[in-house]
Order: sequence, then C-alpha cells, then structure tokens
Amino acid sequence: MIRDITIGQYYSTDSLIHHLDPRVKIAGTFLYIISLFTFHSLSGYLFAIAFFCGVAALSQVPFSYLARGLRPVIFMLVFTAALNLFWTPGESFFSWGIIELTWEGVEKTVFISLRLILLVLGSSLMTFTTTPNQLTDGLERLLSPLKAIRLPIHEIAMMMSIALRFIPILIEETDKIMKAQAARGADFETGNLIQRIKNMLPIFIPLFVSAIRRAGELALAMDARCYHGGKGRTKMYPLQYRLTDLLAYAVCFFYVGILIIFVP
Amino acid sequence: MTGNRKWNNGETNNQNKKAKIVCTENLAHEYSRRDENGNIIEIVRAIDGVDIEVEQGDFIAILGANGSGKSTFAKHLNGLLYPTEGAVYIDGIDTTQKEKLLTVRRTAGMVFQNPDNQIISNVVEEDVGFGPENLGVPTMEIRKRVLDCLKSVRMQSYRKRSPNHLSGGQKQRVAIAGIMAMRPKCIILDEATAMLDPVGRLEIMDTIRSLNQEEKLTIILITHYMEEVTKADYVYVMQEGKVALKGTPREVFACTEKLTECRLTIPKITQLAQELNRAGLPVPGDVLSEEELLACLKI
Repeated sequence: MIRDITIGQYYSTDSLIHHLDPRVKIAGTFLYIISLFTFHSLSGYLFAIAFFCGVAALSQVPFSYLARGLRPVIFMLVFTAALNLFWTPGESFFSWGIIELTWEGVEKTVFISLRLILLVLGSSLMTFTTTPNQLTDGLERLLSPLKAIRLPIHEIAMMMSIALRFIPILIEETDKIMKAQAARGADFETGNLIQRIKNMLPIFIPLFVSAIRRAGELALAMDARCYHGGKGRTKMYPLQYRLTDLLAYAVCFFYVGILIIFVP
Repeated sequence: MTGNRKWNNGETNNQNKKAKIVCTENLAHEYSRRDENGNIIEIVRAIDGVDIEVEQGDFIAILGANGSGKSTFAKHLNGLLYPTEGAVYIDGIDTTQKEKLLTVRRTAGMVFQNPDNQIISNVVEEDVGFGPENLGVPTMEIRKRVLDCLKSVRMQSYRKRSPNHLSGGQKQRVAIAGIMAMRPKCIILDEATAMLDPVGRLEIMDTIRSLNQEEKLTIILITHYMEEVTKADYVYVMQEGKVALKGTPREVFACTEKLTECRLTIPKITQLAQELNRAGLPVPGDVLSEEELLACLKI
C-alpha cells in the first residue's frame, strides 16, 4: 500500500540510542562529524571507527541496514578515491602507461574514503534511530535561540511536520490522478524526455490545485483549533533531558576531548 | 425555560438571548465576486437574516441543499467568518470581539468535512493534543484530556497510530476527539459525514449522540442527509440563505412539498409511511424510524 511508505529511514527497535533525546543525537552527530576532521593518523581513524561501532552496536540497527545508507554516495566515493589514487604525487611503486600508483596516493585514498564513509554512516545512524517527528522537535528546540534574531523557527518546524503528514496523502493523490488521466488516454510511457515532461503537466496541475485547496482547509481547521503561532504554546510531550541523555552528552564530549588531546 | 420571557421588556429579552449557548440575531453575510481586475461584479448574499437560538445541551440540525448557505452559517459560529449584518453570540460573547476569539473557538468547536485536511499531526494522540497545546494547557493535563477524549470516541487503542492508516470514520472520530480536548460546550459538525461511507456515517452519528446524551454537549449538526436529523431535538431548514422551515424532525418531515422546494428529500421510511397513508392504511405521515412504522402497522 502506498500509505505505508516511510519517510526517511527510521529503523524501529527499542534500543538505548532510540530512546535518547533527539537533541542529544543531533548535537552528537554534529560533534562526531566535526571530530572526523581533527586528526590525520591511523590511531585517530581506528578510534573514530571504534566509537561508531560502539554506538551502532548499542543502537541495534543491523549492519546491513547501516550499509544501505552508503548507497547514494557510492559514486562520489569511487570518484574521490580514483582522483586521489591516480593523481597524488610521490614515490611510485607501480606504473602502466599513464597510470602511476604511489604509496602516498594509496594512503590518502584509504583515509579519505574512510572519512567519507564514517561521515555518511554517522549521520545515517541518527536518521535510523530518530523519527522525522522527533528530528523536527529536536531541531526546533536546538534552534530556538535563533528566535531572538527573528528567525521563524517554530513556523519552520510546524511546516516541516505538516509536510511530513501530507507527503503520503499527496503521493496517493498523484497515483489517483495518474490513473484518472490514463483512463482518459494520457500517455506517460512513450516519447522522448521533453515529450514525457510535457505529458506530466495534466498530473501536476490538478495536484497543485488540490494541494492548495487542502492547505486552505487545513489552515481553517488549525484556526478552529485555536492555533495562533508558537506563543504561549505548551507541548504534550515536551523534550526533557533524562540522566541517560546527560551521560550521552558526557560520552560525546569525552570522545571528542580524547581525539583532540591525545590523537595527532 | 421560563415562559414569562415573552412578557418581559426588550432589555431582559436581550439578556436572555445572550445566555444561550449559540444565538444569532438577524445574521447576514455578503461576499463579493470579483473579475480579474479586482472589480466587484456581483454581491452574493450567502445568508440573509438568520435568527437561531440554541440552548445548552440541545441537539440541533441545520439542513440545506448545496448553496443554501449552511456552511457559511457554520463558519460564523466559530469566528472564521464575521457577520456583514446582525450579530452572533457564543455563550454570550459577540464573535467580533477580537480579544475573545480564542474563547469563542474553544467554546464552540468545529469539525470539518474532509477528514484528511483537519488532522495536523502524524500520530493520533498528538493530533488530539493539538488544541490544548495551542491553548497553553499544562503537559500532564493535556495527556489526561487526550486519553479521556480518545476513550469517549472509542479510539483509545489507536492512540499511537498514524492517522494515514485509519478509515474515514475513524479519522473523523479523531477529529471530534481533537475538538473535545479543548473542553468545548458546543460542537459544530459542518457536513462532517459527507465524505464517509455508510458505516463511517453511522459511527459518527453514534458518537455525537452519545456525546450529546452522556457529556451533555450541545451539538449543531449541519448536513444534507435527512436520515441524520431524525434524532435531533430541533431542525432548521435553510434555503437561499434564509431559514425556510423549522421545528422538530416530525414537524419538518410532514412538510414534504416545502422540503422538495428546498431540494431536499424526506427519509425513505417517512416516504413509505406517507405513501401507505395515502393508500388508506392507518399510518401517520410523520414516521421517523422503521420500528415506529412496524409498531403502527401491528395495530
């Protein structure tokens, strides 16, 4: 069923990491990504890998799932690896025609690929363990100091969560419109690219009209339920740090501290 | 209520009117159609001189065909539209008082037609909590209210689910719970059953009837389905922005010609009873339910 689609890549289990406050996970991921750029030695990489594996094990997300997070960046990985491998000057150990491999190149390739992989795995671990709703909530709270400079943080978060609610509904509607247009003889399969894009027009126009109509009705419904912006609003489930969240913060800072102080 | 209202002077009469949960005085609403250049080409009087009074705890139905102005009327009861002429009082508050708008909306909650377009959150219970959150109710109180309200519409087992997985009737019940969580005195259902299948429609009718009887909530049901109004205490029929007919369901259904003129048809069972009556059987023409008709025929 089209309604069953999940947005993002949340993997639902009951692990310690899943129960952490989303703010801890967002801040932790951010710290981890920064930490990846603070070292350039083997011990640093081993430490970062060990830390990631520890968190991943705690999260109970199977490794095959985590590896899936790498799929969209495979091309970039191969591309950067190839660039580094063939174009790093240094002591050559193999040459064949114009191809020349150097020890420096191999080292650089391995490290840069590792860094990229850890970067992607680290951030996808966050999306695997946090629902889109929690992410929105966490971002709203983390960014709330920006309200002081009049950035509409609450409104942006509200927009994000409404978008998340309506994506499956609009996908279903697209499907319905496509079938309705196909029944009237519309052809989405043949023709060249431009032709096909033109053929999509009878889908997009009704879809936009309906989305705008829905938005109007939703706004009325929100008005009727006394919505008046973020001011004076309370939360049914306010984000509250528990002991485990504070411990998790401590672990993150401990990790970054060790990296900065002891690892070259 | 006090029968001596009629003999009181105008001022006391007015006081009494404001004590009602919903009261409209000569309410009219106009909107203008504009052409592409923004020039007014036509002024449409969507409602025209409507006087309606609703007592606390009543179950009122407002009937009307498409374009009779019944939805425009409903939007006035919630401060979503303001009168062009006349006034609307909700629990004694004039809806045009901007500073009391939230009180008006909290007192008279509104359920809309499309179940998908009035659910805001991705989780059932968080959606029910949306109203109280907006009103600044403390966290623990919200959770208690949400649970209570989901129980009273019998949806408590779905509270952690996504609304996308619910049927139309279930979604509408969640929407009703969302309104209930604001602790309203009155619920307005603006064609809330129009997009539902017959099963969903029955679910909603059962729910609002029990809310009316057990929780003593005032219900204003706006609809064009005649079957739904049979259980109402009082019915208003609207036609071209005016109240064309009013009375108990029995009184209203007896006026077949007038209803046809309003592009409405009486329930099948009443139609059957009237046909039988015309054929000479001892059946009254104002039968409202199957049981009633059977009881008449057994004599």
